[in-house]
Amino acid sequence: MVSSSDAELAARLQAGDQAAYAQFVDEHSGHVYRLALRMMGNEADAEDVLQETFLSAFKSIDRFEARSSLSTWLYRIASNAALMRLRRYEPDQVSVDEPVERDDGDLLPRQFFDFCCLPEEDLLRDEARAEMDRAVDELPATLRSVFILRDIEGLSTDETANTLNLSVSAVKSRLMRARLKLRERLSEYFAHEPAAVHVGDEE
Amino acid sequence: MSTHSHHHHDSESCRRYLGSLSDYADGALTDELCAEIEAHMEGCENCRVVVNTLTKTILLYRQSPAPDMPDAVKERLYKVLHLEKFYRSDPTDPQGSSST
Repeated sequence: MVSSSDAELAARLQAGDQAAYAQFVDEHSGHVYRLALRMMGNEADAEDVLQETFLSAFKSIDRFEARSSLSTWLYRIASNAALMRLRRYEPDQVSVDEPVERDDGDLLPRQFFDFCCLPEEDLLRDEARAEMDRAVDELPATLRSVFILRDIEGLSTDETANTLNLSVSAVKSRLMRARLKLRERLSEYFAHEPAAVHVGDEE
Repeated sequence: MSTHSHHHHDSESCRRYLGSLSDYADGALTDELCAEIEAHMEGCENCRVVVNTLTKTILLYRQSPAPDMPDAVKERLYKVLHLEKFYRSDPTDPQGSSST
């Protein structure tokens, strides 16, 4: 569903209004960059994807139909740009028509260390954050895109399906696999990573 | 909600419920399946830990700070799009605040 301000902005964009272009870039470029950075895992590629996204959005703005919001439409362009670029780097991993239930390894949990009880300072320290980022980077691109949109960017299942042109069940299945893989990896990390020094542990 | 619990480790059930735990964490399951999983977890420490850590994993990622777009990246974007005259550095970005 499209809000009236969205429809108004779309109309101005379609009329070639430069100020509207600037407003659109100003409102959405931060989100697109963040998505691109998480998808690509490095700043240089993220910037390329960012530029490609807006260039291609402006080129095809005439074809924007108010069936989705401008932001969903733009996210779709950005995800495609990122996946296209990733396909060049990881041709085996990224295929649009990959069967959803491809066997991508055993999902059975092996690590049962309950890291929930660790102090927040251990869970949130920089090394843990870096490990979390690496874990996402190392997911297969098809799982990564779903996980980023759904769990990091906070889109709903429907919005994610819409953005990536997937069925809701494919989104759920990929999200499930992404989450289980990340859980396994973080459990492994927290189980073996020496915790930060705790004052008072000695007593 | 069921009060009976399985006191043995039943890996067949663990395997069967595994695919639903992600939906469970989202609260997206039917009440019936939810109750079934909760009854199973009462007797299954491993599945309890998996659900706890799965939920925590999702939460940690949801809370992860959003990386900012550097001002220079934004400036180059405006240039590529021929919108230079509309470019303003973000006043909240300490690196960009001096340019106006």
